[in-house]
Amino acid sequence: MRKKLIAALLTLTLTAACIAGCGNNPSEAPADAPAEDSTAAPEAEADSDEPYIAMIALGFSHQFWQAVKQGAEQAAADYNVRISFEGPETETMVDKQVDMLKTALGNNPIAVCMAAIDTESVAGILQEAKGNGVKVVGFDAGVGEAEADAKCTTDSIAAGAIAAEHAAELLGGKGKVAVIGYSQTTIDSVQRNKGFIDKLKSDYPEIEIVDEQFGDGDHLKSAEIAKAMIQANPDLNLIFANNEGSCVGAYNGLKEANKLEDVMLIGFDSSAAMKEAIRNGEIAGAITQDPIGMGYKSIEAAVKLANGEEVEDFIDTGCYWYDASNMDDENIAPLLYD
Amino acid sequence: MKGIRKNKDLSQKIIIIGTFILLLIFFAIMNPAYIRYDNIMTILLSTCVNGTLAIGVSFVIITSGIDISVGTVMTLSCVMSGTAFSVWGWPLWISILFGFCVGALCGAVNGFAVAKMYLPPFIATMAMQMIAKGLSLVISGIKPVYFTGAPNYQKIAIGEFLGIKGFYNAIIIFLIVAVIAHVIFSKTLIGRYDLAIGSNEEATRLSGIKVDSWKIGIYSLCGLFCGIAGLIMSSRLNSAQPQLGAGYELDAIAAAVIGGNSLTGGEGSIAGTVIGALIISSLTNGLRIMQVSSEIQSAIVGLVLALAVFIDQARRRKEAK
Repeated sequence: MRKKLIAALLTLTLTAACIAGCGNNPSEAPADAPAEDSTAAPEAEADSDEPYIAMIALGFSHQFWQAVKQGAEQAAADYNVRISFEGPETETMVDKQVDMLKTALGNNPIAVCMAAIDTESVAGILQEAKGNGVKVVGFDAGVGEAEADAKCTTDSIAAGAIAAEHAAELLGGKGKVAVIGYSQTTIDSVQRNKGFIDKLKSDYPEIEIVDEQFGDGDHLKSAEIAKAMIQANPDLNLIFANNEGSCVGAYNGLKEANKLEDVMLIGFDSSAAMKEAIRNGEIAGAITQDPIGMGYKSIEAAVKLANGEEVEDFIDTGCYWYDASNMDDENIAPLLYD
Repeated sequence: MKGIRKNKDLSQKIIIIGTFILLLIFFAIMNPAYIRYDNIMTILLSTCVNGTLAIGVSFVIITSGIDISVGTVMTLSCVMSGTAFSVWGWPLWISILFGFCVGALCGAVNGFAVAKMYLPPFIATMAMQMIAKGLSLVISGIKPVYFTGAPNYQKIAIGEFLGIKGFYNAIIIFLIVAVIAHVIFSKTLIGRYDLAIGSNEEATRLSGIKVDSWKIGIYSLCGLFCGIAGLIMSSRLNSAQPQLGAGYELDAIAAAVIGGNSLTGGEGSIAGTVIGALIISSLTNGLRIMQVSSEIQSAIVGLVLALAVFIDQARRRKEAK
């Protein structure tokens, strides 16, 4: 009897945990039910006549996507639309993202906002949706040019170039630089590095790029990479890390190797850990995008397109350099998130 | 009989250790910076998290089971200890112990699902992998959990042991964990029954051993090691990162397998696992120092894994003749 009771209890706990676990998993949630913590959710259920916009991101759990979602929810409230926000667990799960898109389209959205992991694999589906009158807005990594009615994103090449200019300034135009990226396939990561490296090569011939490696945005892996870079290049002057995970990882790697004084670090995006290290000067500075603005403008563009209004093809949501000196300025502080 | 067994173990160990030494020599020739003191310490430090997970998963693999939840259970443990400390205001050391308990509890649930609910280990632990991941994200609110109230939290892993320059505490923690695991495996009933269950579960059951309870115990032990890995990881990063952890099980299983633990169970050793983990981290570090591109690095680690298992199988077939 006692054993049975324990068995039943444990099964129950497991099931409960399972439901809790799955409930949070964006990929499992049906597209017509926005994530539970979404502020738009209660209204959506109360009034299902509200137009519906599906938003599909590269990922879900990263701070950046949470900030995009926040902006999108704000716009949804302002324009009285219902939105869903989804993304696969990792930014490589192409097939999962395709499934999300298909499911979302089954719920008759007026528009889809999408950051495609692989633009080719969603091109056909999006074309078909457009044929049915669904508007398509690319955001962040975007979608193929033929499919997008508009695109809201940071110009990643320009962002990389801004980082390069600040790197050159910090180095006094001379030195050895290494790059830690988060992905060799995602277009944003590729373009940030391209913008950075091309700018240094063309304008600063005395700066040498000695290594470029990729750490999946994994903090621990990026820390190990940074340390290996210092071993291989003892005279390294600066590391450019192209997202939050790479940057905090590289920071920890430099800290462990006691090299924070010798090697400068430039990052991308923001988090509580990054902000603190930038404030006390251990990280020289970073580029921030405007994820909240990106989420807001994507939904805004989608609503306008659905209403038959004209919008610009390319909506640059901007990017900014921040360091200890300007991070509290009123135009920068709101763009930094924890 | 005993002599043959010893011989077998010895030839296997020679292969693993030989591979390890060859690797070190190769990379040292390619770039002398590889065997500098601080790089050796870097390699040892990068072994700590994966090595601890690998030790945990070895216990399970030796029962002919598998635990693919180790990565996310590690994350859940440190998210829970971070939450206990920073949100609920518990004392630091109790929060850390609580994290270990969470790991062990997840392991116990795995063991229960395998032993009492008859789920295949792969499925049971896959469920746990997802559950732990989901819970980590929910509990943390999809944000890193910082140990702000404990400014020296990072010192637990990367403080210098006895003030020796570049010698991180984490290495000592890992060494202690490995020695304890080795003693548990070779000197206690857990180790003996671990091997017995893996060799022939039915025979073990028929000889009156409570296989189910021991299995739950072994999976819990694996969970406990995940908890310890969580401490090292979160201390190194000075935060618990809720989105990390998935994928770490692959490196851990690879380390266990390279170290000579048979996936069919009944054979293996903790020392082998530790060397397996060292091989993976020295290989990755060496390739990075040689500036081999990330894509090729992954392919090379895969090749080494296949090669290690192939050599092991060849040796086994020869011994069986």
